[in-house]
Amino acid sequence: MTRDLTAHPNREAFPPRFPAHPVAGLAGTSFKPAHLQAILAGPRPRGFFEIHAENYMGAGGPPHRALETLRRDHAVSLHGVCLSIGAPQPLDKAHLARFRALVRRWEPALVSEHLAWSTHGTTYFNDLLPLPLTEATLAVVCDHIDEVQEAIGRRLLLENPSTYVLYRESTMSETDFLHTVTRRTGCGLLLDVNNVFVSATNHGFSPLAYLADVPLASVGEIHLAGHTQQSDDEGDPLLIDSHDRPVADAVWTLFESVIARAGPIPTLIEWDSEIPEWPRLEAEAAAAQAILDRAGAPAGRADAA
Amino acid sequence: MRPDPLPPTSGATYAADFSAALLDPGRETPPLVSGPASKAAAKRYAVYRNNVTVSLIDALAAVYPAVQRITGVEFFRAMARFHIRETPPASPLLIEYGRDFPAFIARYEYAEGMPWLADTARIERAWLDAYHAADATALAASDLASVPAERLGGLVLAPHPATRIVRSRFAAATIFAANRAAAPVGSIDAGEAEDALITRPELDVVVRRLAPGEAVFLSALCAGRPLGEAAGAALEAHPDFDIAAGLATLIESGACAPAKPGETP
Amino acid sequence: MSAKTAIASIVLAGALSSALATLASAGPLTEGEKAAAKAAHKEKCFGVALKGQNDCAAGPGTTCQGTSTVDFQSNSWKFVQHGTCASIELPNGKHGSLTAM
Repeated sequence: MTRDLTAHPNREAFPPRFPAHPVAGLAGTSFKPAHLQAILAGPRPRGFFEIHAENYMGAGGPPHRALETLRRDHAVSLHGVCLSIGAPQPLDKAHLARFRALVRRWEPALVSEHLAWSTHGTTYFNDLLPLPLTEATLAVVCDHIDEVQEAIGRRLLLENPSTYVLYRESTMSETDFLHTVTRRTGCGLLLDVNNVFVSATNHGFSPLAYLADVPLASVGEIHLAGHTQQSDDEGDPLLIDSHDRPVADAVWTLFESVIARAGPIPTLIEWDSEIPEWPRLEAEAAAAQAILDRAGAPAGRADAA
Repeated sequence: MRPDPLPPTSGATYAADFSAALLDPGRETPPLVSGPASKAAAKRYAVYRNNVTVSLIDALAAVYPAVQRITGVEFFRAMARFHIRETPPASPLLIEYGRDFPAFIARYEYAEGMPWLADTARIERAWLDAYHAADATALAASDLASVPAERLGGLVLAPHPATRIVRSRFAAATIFAANRAAAPVGSIDAGEAEDALITRPELDVVVRRLAPGEAVFLSALCAGRPLGEAAGAALEAHPDFDIAAGLATLIESGACAPAKPGETP
Repeated sequence: MSAKTAIASIVLAGALSSALATLASAGPLTEGEKAAAKAAHKEKCFGVALKGQNDCAAGPGTTCQGTSTVDFQSNSWKFVQHGTCASIELPNGKHGSLTAM
C-alpha cells in the first residue's frame, strides 16, 4: 500500500477549525477535566494533551466544552482504548465511525490505538487484553489497521502493550510482530517505554534488547507512566501498569537512551489513577521535556505535524 | 445488539478461550496462557480478571455515587460485582454502561430494605444521560410569548435532548439530592412520592422535584402532543394541576425545545 | 393515556400570561433580589446545589491501565453499615437497611 497517510485528505472539504499547534519535540500529559481550571490559570504549557477517544463519544455537554477550550491553545493526541484491533472478530463499524468523527471534529496531531483487544462477541471487558503473536493474528491486526487508517484517512500509531501472560501458541517476538505491522500497513508506533519495562520484567527479557529491536524510525509518540509491583505464582516480581504514580527511575533511564538514539520524539506522561494536582503532573512533563530539549532540534517525524 | 457477532477469522479461538474465565473466578486459568519458561499463570491471569472487575465496579461507582453513599462502599461493590457478572457491558462506551443496574437493584435481595434505592439509581443514570446529551437551545419564554393566543392549544414542542423524567413512589429526588451533596444527610422521609425532572439547558445538569401533574404535562409535551392536550392529560391525572405553574416550570427548566420549523401547526 | 379534554387556547393564554408574569417578577433587578431569587430557586431545584459536581461527577472514564487494587474474587461482603441508608425513613416508620447476607 502506498497511500500517503501522513497527509490530511479532504482538507478542502473539511477546513481546519483549530490552529495546528506543534507536537514535535514536545512533552505532554494526559488531559484530566479536573485539571482544566489549573491549566488555564497558570502559564500556558508548551506541550500537548492526550485524551481517550471513548471519553468524548457522548453527543455533547461539558466534556466537549472543556476540550474545545483546551484544543484552541494546544495540540491534542487522540488515544483510542476500545477499538479492539487485536481481536479475531471484525472491528465494530459503529465504533470505528465514532472514532473517525472525533478525528474530524478535533483535528488531533497524533492518533493512536493499542495492540490488544477488549471485545469478544458483544461483551466489552474494559481492559487491554493480550493476543497470541502468530502469522494468523498478524494478518488480522494488519487488516484491522488498514481498515482504521482507511476510515480516518490518517496514519495510526500502534502502542505496544503491558502484558502479564504469554500465549503458548505465539511464534514470534513482539518486536518482530511490530516490525511487520508497520511495514505492511504503513502505520507508526506509539512506544510505551513503561510497557516495555513492565513486560520485560514480567517475562524475563531485556528491555534494552527490546528497544534495540523495535523499529525506532516508525515511532511517532512515546508514553511514560508509573507502575506498581506485585508478585507472580513463584514469588517473582510482577509489575502492573497502574498509571497511578510517578515514572520509575529505570523507565526514565530507558527513555533517555531512546531519545539519545532517536531524537526528541513527542512524549506523553500518562497518569490515570490516584491523579495528582496539576503541578505534580506538569512537573513530570517538564522532566521529560528537559530530556527532549537536551537531544536538540526536533527530528522530522512523519506525524509530528 | 449487533447481528451475527463473529465469523471468526483464521479459526482463532484465543479470545473465546481467554475471556471465558474473566468474569468467573470459579473457573480455571485458561491453559492457553503461561508465564515465561512455562511458569504458572494463575496470578498473572488474575491481573486481567482483577482489571476487568475492578474497572467495571469503578465505572458503576462513577455513574451511581449517591447509591454508593447510601449503601456504603462494601455493600455497593458487592452489589456491583454481582451485576457485572450477570450483565457485563455490551458496548465499548462506558458512559452507556449500567443502564440495567437500577432494575438489578430493584430485585437484589440484600437491598430489599431500601425499596427507594432503584429509583434513586434511575435519577443518577438520567443525570449522566443529561450530562452527555447533545447540546441544544431550550425553549425560551419569548418563544411561547410570541405564539398567537388562539394557536396555543395546538402548539407542538420538541423534547430537549437532555430531558429525562423519573417518577417514583418514594422521595427518590430528595434522597438523590441529599446524597449527591457534600453535606451530612439528615433524616429523610422516603414515603412521599416524587417526580424528578432532569434537564441540562446549558452546561449544568439540574434536577427538580415536579409539582403534581407536571410530570404528565411535560412527558406529553416531550412526546410531541399539543399543549392543549398535554395540559388536559395532566388535569385528568391530577385535578390540582396548576397550568400556569406548569408553564412556568416548562420555561424555567428548559425541558423542551422549540419545534423544528415546519412542525409548528 | 389520551386526554379526553384538551385545554382551550384561551385558557392556556391566560395561564401563560400569569406564568410569564411570575417569571418576570422573579427576574432579578438588584443584587439583593438576585440573591433572594437564587435562594428561592435553590430551594426548589436541587440541581443548583449540584453545580460544582459537574466536573468531578462526570461518570466513568475509560482505562488503559491496570489496577493494583485487588477485588475480583469474593462473592461475599462484610456486613458493615457505613452508608446513609439508616437516616432514610420508610412509610411504615422503619429505616432503610442493608439485608445481611
